[in-house]
Amino acid sequence: MTALATPAATMSNPLAGDPLLRVDGLHLSFGGIQALGGVTLQAKARDITAIIGPNGAGKTSLFNAISGFYRPQQGRIRFAGEDISRTPTARRAAKGMARTFQNVALFRGLSVLDNVKLGGHTRLQANPLTAMWYFGRAQREETRLRAEIERDVIDFLEIDHIRHQPVAALSYGLQKRVELARALAMQPKLLMLDEPVAGMNREETEDMARFILDIQEERGIAVLLIEHDMGLVMDIANHVVVLNFGHVIGVGTPSEVRTNPEVVRAYLGGDFVKPIVPDAAAQAQGIAL
Amino acid sequence: MTAVSFDWTALVEYTITGFLAGGLLSLIALGFVLIYKGTGVINFAMGEFMMLGAYSFYTANKVWGLAMLPAMVVTIAAIGLFAAIVERGILRPLSGQPVISVLMATIGLASVIHGAVDMVWGGINLEMPELLPRTPLRFGEIFIPGKTLWSFVLASAVITAFSIYFRYSRTGVSMRAAASDPITASALGIDVRRTQVLTWIFAGIVGAIAGVIAASMTTLSPALSHIALGVFAVIILGGLDSIVGAIVAGLAIGVIESLTSAYLGGKVRDIVPYLIVLLILLIRPYGLFGTRQVERL
Repeated sequence: MTALATPAATMSNPLAGDPLLRVDGLHLSFGGIQALGGVTLQAKARDITAIIGPNGAGKTSLFNAISGFYRPQQGRIRFAGEDISRTPTARRAAKGMARTFQNVALFRGLSVLDNVKLGGHTRLQANPLTAMWYFGRAQREETRLRAEIERDVIDFLEIDHIRHQPVAALSYGLQKRVELARALAMQPKLLMLDEPVAGMNREETEDMARFILDIQEERGIAVLLIEHDMGLVMDIANHVVVLNFGHVIGVGTPSEVRTNPEVVRAYLGGDFVKPIVPDAAAQAQGIAL
Repeated sequence: MTAVSFDWTALVEYTITGFLAGGLLSLIALGFVLIYKGTGVINFAMGEFMMLGAYSFYTANKVWGLAMLPAMVVTIAAIGLFAAIVERGILRPLSGQPVISVLMATIGLASVIHGAVDMVWGGINLEMPELLPRTPLRFGEIFIPGKTLWSFVLASAVITAFSIYFRYSRTGVSMRAAASDPITASALGIDVRRTQVLTWIFAGIVGAIAGVIAASMTTLSPALSHIALGVFAVIILGGLDSIVGAIVAGLAIGVIESLTSAYLGGKVRDIVPYLIVLLILLIRPYGLFGTRQVERL
C-alpha cells in the first residue's frame, strides 16, 4: 500500500482518446476589461502544447484560470475526465496539475531541497500530529519521498550540486530550473510552464529545452507551455495555440501555425522566426495614427 | 545612583533576573509573530487568549481537581479549539477586508472575552495552583527567584519545541511556505486556509501556556491580559514578522525593565518599553530583525 501516487496510473489512461485537459469557452473579465473571450483548447497527455501570443493576449490569465487563481465568468475546465471548474487551487494541484510562474516564485528563505520537497507535499498522507512526532509512517513516507526526489528530480535536472544552497543565492537560470524541479516533484499529469526560458542565455535555454523534451518523452506528462521564444516553440511543441486579445486565432502543428494566414497577418507579421515584438499590433496602430 | 561603592552583585542579579523574566515576554511575542507571519493580522486579543488559558488551567486544576499535567492538556485543547473557532468564525469571513477592519475585529474580540471572563469568574484575584517551584537559586551573593527561573525554563522549552516544529516538520515547512507566499503555496497543493487555522491554533496554544506561566508568577485576574500590551514593545523592537526577533527582543526588554525598575523605580519601568518603541519606530520601523517592507500600523 503506497501513499505516493504512481505516475503509471496516469500513463495508462483508460480514456485514451480524451484529452487530459479540455478548456471550453472560457470567459474572464476584470471589471470592463476582457482578458479571455471564450477560449477553447485541449492538451493531450504526451504532447507539448504551446500557447503563444503577444503580451496582453491573455496567456497568463488563461494559466491562472486553469490553476484556479481566477474564477472565469463562463466556461468549463475538464481535467483527467473530471470537471474542475469550481475546484480550489490546492485541490487542483493535488489532482496532478503543476506549474511554474513567469516571475520565479520560489520560497526565498528555504534551501533548494526544501523548495523541491514542498512539491511532494500533496503526495504525503501523514497529518500534522503524526508528522510532528516524526514516527513510523510519517518517517517512512518522508524517507521514500526524499529518495524518489533525489533520483527522479534532483539528479534528473542536474541540480544535485546546489541542493543545500539557499535559492536566493542562485543565478536566474538555476532558479527557474529549481522551480521546474519543484513542479516535477509533484509528479504531475500536467505541467504548466509560464515562460520557462525568459531571460535565459542560449546555453540555459538549450538545457531547458532538453529537460522539457525528456520530461515529455520519459514520463508521459502533458506539457502546457507559454513562451515568447519562437525558436524554442517551433522546435519542441507538438501543438500550438495562438492567442490574441483573449481569443484563439489559430491552432495546429508548428508548421500549420506558421503558415496559417490569419496568424501570420494578425500576429507574426510574416517573420515567425524572430521573437515576438511585444504588442506588435498596438505598435502598428500607433504608427498608423 | 550616587553610592560611593557601586553594588556590582546587585547589577548582575537584576540583569540575570530580567533576562530570565524576558523568556515569558519572548513566548508571548512568539504568539503575536506567528499570527502576523502566517495571516498578516495583528491579534489584539492575544492577552485575552493568555487570560482564557490561565482561567482554563485554574478551573481544570482547582475546580475539577485535575492534576497539573492533565489540566495543562485540557487547557491547550480548549484554547486551541477556541482559536480555531475564532479563525473560522471571525477572521476568515473578514479575509480580503481592509486591515483596519480586521484589527478592529480582534480588538472587539478582546473586549468580548474580557467581559465574558469577568462574568464567569468575576474580577477578583484568584490564587493559581503552585505550578512553578519557589525554591530560589543562589550563586554566592546572587539570588535568582525560583518562579522566574522556572518560567524561563518553561518558556524556552515551548519556544524551542515550536522552532523545531517549524524548521523540520513538513507541516511546519508548509506553514512557512504558505506564510511567505500563499499563491505559490496553493499551486503546490498546500491548503492555505488550513495552514491559517493551524497558525491560529498554535498561537492560541502559545498564548495559553504563556498565560498560565504569567498567572502562576503573580495572581490570576482579568488584568493578566495587560501583559500582552507590554509585549508590543517586544514585537516592535524585534520586528513583527521575525521569530528570532521576538526571542532576542523579549530577553532585551526583560533586562531593560528589570534594570530600570531597580535603579529608576517602578513608574519609570512602565514607560521605558514604550520610549523604546517610539525610538525604534523613528529609526528602524521594521524592527531589528523584521522584513523591511512590513506594513506599519
